[in-house]
Amino acid sequence: MPLFPPVVSSLLYLVAAVCFILALRGLSSPKTARRGNLIGALGALIAVVTVFLASRLENIPWILAAIAVGTAIAWPIARRVQMTQMPQLVAMLNGVGGGAAALIALLELPHAADWWTRLAIVLTLLIGAISFAGSVITFSKLQGILSAKAIVFPGLALLMVGVLVVAVAAGAWVVTSGPFFAAVAVLVLGLAVGVLLVLPVGGADVPIVISLLNAFTGLAVAASGFVLGNVLLIIAGTLVGASGTILTRAMAQAMGRSVSGILFGAFKGGSTAGSTEASDRPVRSSSAEDVAVLLGYAQKVIIVPGYGLAVAQGQHTVAELQQALEARGIEVEYAIHPVAGRMPGHMNVLLAEANVPYESLKEMSEVNGEFKQTDVALVVGANDVVNPAAKTTPGSPIYGMPILEVGDAKQVVFLKRSMRPGFAGIENELLYEPQTTLLFGDAKDSLAKVLAAVKAL
Amino acid sequence: MDPISLATITVLAVFVGFEVVSKVSSTLHTPLMSGTNAIHGIVLIGAIIVAGQAHDPWVLAVALLAVVLATANLVGGFVVTDRMLEMFKGRAKKGTDA
Repeated sequence: MPLFPPVVSSLLYLVAAVCFILALRGLSSPKTARRGNLIGALGALIAVVTVFLASRLENIPWILAAIAVGTAIAWPIARRVQMTQMPQLVAMLNGVGGGAAALIALLELPHAADWWTRLAIVLTLLIGAISFAGSVITFSKLQGILSAKAIVFPGLALLMVGVLVVAVAAGAWVVTSGPFFAAVAVLVLGLAVGVLLVLPVGGADVPIVISLLNAFTGLAVAASGFVLGNVLLIIAGTLVGASGTILTRAMAQAMGRSVSGILFGAFKGGSTAGSTEASDRPVRSSSAEDVAVLLGYAQKVIIVPGYGLAVAQGQHTVAELQQALEARGIEVEYAIHPVAGRMPGHMNVLLAEANVPYESLKEMSEVNGEFKQTDVALVVGANDVVNPAAKTTPGSPIYGMPILEVGDAKQVVFLKRSMRPGFAGIENELLYEPQTTLLFGDAKDSLAKVLAAVKAL
Repeated sequence: MDPISLATITVLAVFVGFEVVSKVSSTLHTPLMSGTNAIHGIVLIGAIIVAGQAHDPWVLAVALLAVVLATANLVGGFVVTDRMLEMFKGRAKKGTDA
């Protein structure tokens, strides 16, 4: 028998909903963010305890065992994952959430009494399945299981339209009379839509799709709240849907892209496809010692960190280099592009991990005017976010994306692994400019060598 | 609850979501993504309700799978967000000390 009457459980769900809103609000400042997240977790705990005490449930030992299994899988992964692999983990967690929503909707179909509940079921199935399958594909792209490039094949657009039409037809059937096999068909077709939607998304657009799918899962959860008549699921899912939509738009704007362009650009002839060929034009490459001299006798250095730094786990070494330069009286700042790394704000997380002081990090709008007074811009494993093609070459995949204007600095040093283009797959003209020096090698190794040479000056 | 009340709550939640998130600084966009990700893991309570009403063994099995997935979403999301924000906290403190 339920311990709580419905009034008490409704009030406790309200408390949980308020906790979630406070959790999002806490993120407006780094100081309150962690407490906010803990309040959110507390809200989730209250909600889960409430559901056990307020509903007439059978199979409780099984349910507790399943919760234990889920926790045992997720907790250690979440504790141990490297910060560079955060986007993959977010994609995966999002996918399983969408999958759970879809399964719940499928099981509730036999209990659905009216057409609008069945409509909510169809929406949950479709959006949840798209989110699950799409997240699996984004995970595979980020993890290197699939190519990070846009994957397009002839007839893709036609296939996509065909699958969608059949999915809508099956969905309409479920809404009107509700046969179970049609609901299974909606689920399977939704999975196919998810795959077809994300396969053609390539390169730097993948993180934007993670954010979009996150919003999708929120909507699927909200729709499942309609199915179950549960207000907390509706509020929590809608909050995530709304916030995910804003975040997705902000990310797309930071890259000078439209969300529809990202999703459907490849269908129209592959705007994300760039060259993967390395050019054989001459560049000026140099030794770690020469770079150390450039840095050690500068007055102002701006470091531009990119994903190459993250992959090499070089954030600690770059922090040491900053300290060594500052010990010589040199002003050092970091210029952070909004999409440096693999997610917006990802680079801030990585540098925070290396204890880089908060006030050293400058956002793009703050720092762009400063490059003119900068002696050396040190670009570590970034390419696309400093590529002037974004301003000068209409038709380039990154055209229109705001960039860090490192070309204004008196000297530009690129730490790069090779001449291969960056994530967006296009060449950077800046590499061939007279004020540019290249130091080839793994970002962490190169930084360590430069650091040693600076200390020896 | 009737559909109109549910729709009212949904529309209000949309506005709250827009309002709250538009104030988040771009520095915290990655934790925002993982934090909202954690919140939709609350679909766990839906999974628990469905599993708790299952009589058929296969319905129970599918519902328990949903419980496992939703728990992973919820727990993993909050834990990983906490880990990220812990680092931001350390940095902010260092900033005020200096």
